[in-house]
Amino acid sequence: MSNLEDYKGVWVFIEQKEGKIAHVSLELLGAGRKLADKRGVPLAGILIGHQVKPLADEVFAYGADIVYLYDAPIFRHYRTETFMRAVIHCVETYKPEIFLYGATSTGKDLASAVATDLATGLTADTTMLDVDADTGLLEASRPAFGGNIMATILCKKDRPQMATVRPKVMKALEPQKGRTGTLIEETLSLGEEDIRTKVLEIVRDTEKKVRIDEADIIVAGGKGLGSKEGFQLIHQFAEVLGASVGASRDAVEAGWIDHHHQVGQTGVTVTPKIYFAIGISGAIQHIVGMHNSGLIIAINKDPNAAIFQSCHYGIVGDAFEIVPMLIEGFREALGKAEEVQYGGKV
Amino acid sequence: MAEKFDVIVVGAGPAGTACAYTLAKAGVDVLLIERGEYPGSKNVMGGVLYRKMMDDIIPGFYKEAPVERPIVEQRFMMLDAESAVTFSYKGMEWAQEPYNNFTVLRAKFDQWFADQAVKQGALLINETVVTECIVENGKVIGVRTDRPDGDVYADVVVLADGVNSLLAKSLGFHKEFRPDEVALAVMEVLKLDKKIIEDRFNLEGDQGCTIEIFGDSTKGILGTAWLYTNKDSLNIGVGAMLSGLIKAKIKPYELLEYVKQHPMIRPYIQGTEQQEYLAHLIPEGGYNSMPRIVGDGVVVVGDAAQMVNAIHREGSNMAMTSGVMAAEAIVRAKEAGDFSRTMLDSYRVNLMNSFVGEDLKKYKDATHHFEKYPHYFEKYIPLMNKAASQMFTVDGTPKREKQKKIWKDIGGAGDKFKIARDLLAAWKVMK
Amino acid sequence: MLHIVACIKQVPDTKIIKMNPKTNTMDRASAPAILNPYDAHAVEEAVRLKQRYGGTVSVVTMGPPPAVKAIKKCIEIGADEGYLITDRAFAGADTLATSYSLTKALEKIGKILPIDLIICGKMTIDGDTGQVGPGIARRLDIPPLTSVKKVVEVNKEKGYAIVHRKLEDGYEVIQSTLPCLFSVEKEINEVPYSPLPNVIRAARYQPHIWSVDDLEGVDRTLLGLKGSPTIVAKVWPPEKPKGGEMLTGTPQEQASRILSLLLERKELFRDKEVTG
Ligand SMILES: Cc1cc2nc3c(=O)[nH]c(=O)nc-3n(C[C@H](O)[C@H](O)[C@H](O)COP(=O)(O)OP(=O)(O)OC[C@H]3O[C@@H](n4cnc5c(N)ncnc54)[C@H](O)[C@@H]3O)c2cc1C
Ligand SMILES: Cc1cc2nc3c(=O)[nH]c(=O)nc-3n(C[C@H](O)[C@H](O)[C@H](O)COP(=O)(O)OP(=O)(O)OC[C@H]3O[C@@H](n4cnc5c(N)ncnc54)[C@H](O)[C@@H]3O)c2cc1C
Ligand SMILES: Nc1ncnc2c1ncn2[C@@H]1O[C@H](COP(=O)(O)O)[C@@H](O)[C@H]1O
Repeated sequence: MSNLEDYKGVWVFIEQKEGKIAHVSLELLGAGRKLADKRGVPLAGILIGHQVKPLADEVFAYGADIVYLYDAPIFRHYRTETFMRAVIHCVETYKPEIFLYGATSTGKDLASAVATDLATGLTADTTMLDVDADTGLLEASRPAFGGNIMATILCKKDRPQMATVRPKVMKALEPQKGRTGTLIEETLSLGEEDIRTKVLEIVRDTEKKVRIDEADIIVAGGKGLGSKEGFQLIHQFAEVLGASVGASRDAVEAGWIDHHHQVGQTGVTVTPKIYFAIGISGAIQHIVGMHNSGLIIAINKDPNAAIFQSCHYGIVGDAFEIVPMLIEGFREALGKAEEVQYGGKV
Repeated sequence: MAEKFDVIVVGAGPAGTACAYTLAKAGVDVLLIERGEYPGSKNVMGGVLYRKMMDDIIPGFYKEAPVERPIVEQRFMMLDAESAVTFSYKGMEWAQEPYNNFTVLRAKFDQWFADQAVKQGALLINETVVTECIVENGKVIGVRTDRPDGDVYADVVVLADGVNSLLAKSLGFHKEFRPDEVALAVMEVLKLDKKIIEDRFNLEGDQGCTIEIFGDSTKGILGTAWLYTNKDSLNIGVGAMLSGLIKAKIKPYELLEYVKQHPMIRPYIQGTEQQEYLAHLIPEGGYNSMPRIVGDGVVVVGDAAQMVNAIHREGSNMAMTSGVMAAEAIVRAKEAGDFSRTMLDSYRVNLMNSFVGEDLKKYKDATHHFEKYPHYFEKYIPLMNKAASQMFTVDGTPKREKQKKIWKDIGGAGDKFKIARDLLAAWKVMK
Repeated sequence: MLHIVACIKQVPDTKIIKMNPKTNTMDRASAPAILNPYDAHAVEEAVRLKQRYGGTVSVVTMGPPPAVKAIKKCIEIGADEGYLITDRAFAGADTLATSYSLTKALEKIGKILPIDLIICGKMTIDGDTGQVGPGIARRLDIPPLTSVKKVVEVNKEKGYAIVHRKLEDGYEVIQSTLPCLFSVEKEINEVPYSPLPNVIRAARYQPHIWSVDDLEGVDRTLLGLKGSPTIVAKVWPPEKPKGGEMLTGTPQEQASRILSLLLERKELFRDKEVTG
C-alpha cells in the first residue's frame, strides 16, 4: 500500500509512432486537464521514444504543464519491456496520483504490465472520468458485461490510479500555439543485452486504410441488407454522399465487409456529423460506438427496432425502397446545387 | 482406433435419457449422443410431464428436478368465434405428494434428467449429430457422427432421435410421414409475473393449471390449442394436422396469432412478453403408423417409434417407459451375450403389453375418425356454444321454450340420428 | 517437447445476457456459461503448436466449480490436462488478484512439468480488460507478447519464439526468449469442429482441482477481494437515448425529409464533391 499523500499530479502516456502523436493522447490531455484543474495539480505527459523531443511542444500546446522525456535509441520501437521500465522509473521518481493511457493495443499492453509491477489498480476501456476534488479519488466508468451495464471503478488505497481510456470519447482541447511548460529529460541505464525481446521488422498495411473514425459522414449497414450484394446499396449511397462505410458486427461476421469498418464496442468508436444506420437493429454494443454522432438517421423495417431509441430521425421502411430514393434525390439536389453555384447570380 | 461401448443411445430426450439412465444404473457402459448444445436445448413440449412414469425411474424426482408447477386444475374450453363453453376439474388431492403431473420447461428438465444419467455413469456428448447407423451383415454395429473421426461402435444402438427419426427411416423401419400422420405444433413461452399468473388463473402458491382448447382455436382443422402455467411464464401453443393446414392454406404461426387474439384467450396472456418461439412435429399416427421397433443390434424408442397418444396429449411418459423397457431388454441381451432381433424382441412384447401398447391400440382410430368427420369440430362445438348462450341468456323466454329452440337448432344442423351416431362413434374411438 | 499452458475462463454469454433492471446485476439464468471465445483460440493455437513440435497442452482456470465444463471444452479442442483452482478466497478478484492466483497455479503446474509457453486470450467477454495475461507475465518475469496474430516459430532448443504482433496499421515481427506469454487475437486461427475421440475423452475427463491450500507460498492478502486494488463502486444501466422523431408519410415524403436534412448541412458535402 502506498502513502497516498506522496502522489500528486495527473499524467498522460503520450503514444507516438514515427514522430506522430496518437490522437487519443491529445484527447487524454484534454480530459486530464479537467481533472488536474479540478484538483489544482499539474498535468504531465510522459513521452518515450527515439528522437521524439520535438513532440514535447505539441504536448504543451494541448494542455500539459510538464513533459517527462525518455529519448534513446533503445526506445525506437515500442516494446513492453523497455517502455515499462521507463514508465516505472518515472512513476517511482515523480509519483503521479492519476495516470491515463489510451485504450489502444500499445496503451493497454503497457498499462497492464506497469500496473502489475506497481501493484496498483487499472481500469480498462474507460469511457467517463471524474475526480473528487478533495480526496483525489478517480471515478473511472466503463461499460461491462458486453455493454449491458455501466460500472464506476475506484482504486482507493493504491496510487497511481490508472485507467486506459477509449479513443474518441474524450475531447482534445484546441491547441494553443506557443504554450510552454517544463521539460524534464530522464535517462535510464538500459542496455539492449538486458532486453529479452527484439523487433525484427515492422510491416505496414500497404492498402489504403479505412479510417472511419475520422469520417464526417458514415453510412453504416447491418444484417438487414441481407447479403453481400444487398450491402452494395450502402457502398452506392456512401459514394454519392462522399461518406465512409460503416457496418455492424453481424454484417462483418457475415463476410460482407472488412472488419476495419465495424462500428461499436469491439469495433471503432465514431463521432461523425451524420451517421446513417441502415438495417441495423441497434444492439447496445453497436450503439456505444456511434451514439455521440451529430445526427443519427435510422432506417429499419421493424418499428420496434432498438435503433429507433438511439436516433434523431427514424424511418420505418425497407432499405431497398428508401435508400435508392435518397440516392436519386441527392444526385438531383447536387445537380441543382451546382447549377446555382456556377450558373446562378453572384 | 474408434471406441466401442456396450450401448449407444442417440438422442437425449425423455426416451433416450430414460434408457441411458436405466442402463447406466445397471452397470452398462453407455454413450448418450445429443445433437443440441445441451439436452433439451431444441426440444419442444406443450409442457405436461406425467408424474408416474418419471417417478418409476427416479422416485421422488420432483423434489429436486426443475418442475414448474404441479397441476391442480385441468380446464377444457370449447371455443366458438366469440364464446366458449368451459368445464374443468380442480382437485386438492393433486396439490400434494405424490402429485398427478407437472408443467415443465424441457430446456431445463431434459438437462437435469441427463445429468442424473451422467451421475449414474452414462457418458453424455452434446453438439454431435448422428448421421447414420453403421450396418454390417444386416446388423447395426455402431453409428457415424458428423464429427471428424466420427465413428463409434456398440453392441446395441438405441434410436431415441424423436419424431422425425431419420435413422429409423434410413434403416427402412418406417417410411416418410404422410401429412395426415403428423401434426404441426407451434408454441410460445410468454413471460409473466408469478403473482399475476396466480391471480389470473385462480391459483395458490406454486399450483398450476392447464387449459386445453378445442374448436375455433384451430379454425375447424383437426387439432387443439393449449395454455399452461409455468412458474413465471405461460406456454401457449396450437397443433393441427398437417393435412388440414395444407388444405386450409393456413400457416401454423397464423393460427397461433389467431388464438392469441381470440377474445376468450386474450385476457389470459395480456401483458406478457414473448420469450421463446418453437415449432415441432407431433406424430399423430399412433398405433397404425408405428414402425418396426426392433432389429439386429438396434431398438427404437419414444417418438421415433411414433408412441404418442394424440388424444390425451401424452408422449413423454410413453417415451420414458419405452426407454426403460428397451434398457431392460438390452440388459437381458447383454447377460445372454446375444444382441439379435429375436433376443431384443422382448422389448416389443413387453411394451405392447404395457399401458403404452394398450393405449396406443385403444386410440388407434381416433385421429382418423376425427379427420374423416370434421363436423365434430366444425359443427358441434359452435352448436354447444349456441345452446349454452340461449340457455343462460335471461331475456324473459321460458326455459322450456328455450330448450325447444335449442333442439330445433340442433335439428337444423343435421339429422338428429346422425348426431347421435356421430357421438356414439366418437365415444367408441375415445373410450 | 513443449509444455504449453493456456489460461482459460468460463464466462456468461454476454450476447444474450439479460440484466435485472432493479438490482443491475446479471440474470445468470438468462446467460449460459461458455468458454470465453478468445480463449478457445488460445487453446487451439496451443494444440497446433503441440502438433507441430510435439509436447503437452495444459489449461488452467480460476473459477467456480462449474468451470469444469469450460475445461472439458478445451479437452475437446485437444488439450491434454486441465487444472481448476477454486476457492472462496479467490472470490471478488480484479485483474491484479486474478493474475496473482493464476501465477501461483502456474508455478505449481510448472513443478509437475516445466512450462515453455503460456497462451492467453486477447480478453474475456465479461471482464473485458485484456489485463490478466500481461499481469501473469510480469509476475513470472517473462516477456508478455500481446496482440499475437501469428506464431512463426517456437524453438525450444535455441530458446526463442517469433510471432507477428498486430498493430493498428499492420504488424510487427518480434522475437522473444522462452519462456514467454502470448495473448492471442481471434484471427490467429479458426477453431474447428472437434473430432469425436476428443469429445468422448472430454466427457470422461476429470480435471485436477486445487484449493488455495493446495498452492504453495500463497500470500492470502493478495487474493480475491482483499487483494484487489479496484472496487466497483456503482453500476447503472447505460443511458437510454431518448429516441428520435419517427418520420411519417409516404416513403417519398420521408425520403425528401431526409434529403432536406442533408442539404441543410451542405458544407459537409462541398469539399467531398471536390475530392471525391
Ligand atoms: C461482447 C460483444 C461485443 C460486440 N461488439 C459489437 C460491435 O462492436 N459492433 C456491433 O455492431 N455489434 C457488436 N456486437 C454484436 C451485437 O450484439 C449485435 O449482434 C449486432 O450489432 C447486430 O447486428 P445487426 O444490427 O446488423 O443485425 P440484426 O440484429 O440481425 O439486425 C438487422 C436489422 O435489420 C432490419 N432489416 C431487415 N431487413 C431490412 C430491410 N430490407 N430494410 C430495413 N431494415 C431491415 C431488421 O428489422 C433488424 O432490425 C457485440 C456483441 C457482443 C456480445
Ligand atoms: C407441441 C407439443 C406438445 C406436446 N405436449 C406434450 C405434453 O404436454 N406432455 C407430454 O407428455 N408429451 C407432449 N408432447 C410429446 C412429447 O414432447 C414427446 O412425446 C417426447 O418429447 C418424446 O421424447 P423422445 O425422447 O422420444 O423425443 P425427443 O424429445 O424429440 O428427443 C429426441 C432427442 O434426440 C436428439 N436427436 C435427434 N436426432 C438426432 C441425431 N441424429 N443425432 C443426435 N441427436 C439427435 C434431439 O435433439 C432430441 O434431444 C408434445 C409434443 C409437442 C410437439
Ligand atoms: N479466471 C481466469 N482463469 C484463467 N484465465 C483467465 C482468467 N481470467 C482471465 N484469464 C486469461 O486472461 C485473458 C484476459 O482476460 P481479461 O483480462 O479478463 O480480459 C483471458 O483471455 C484468459 O486467457
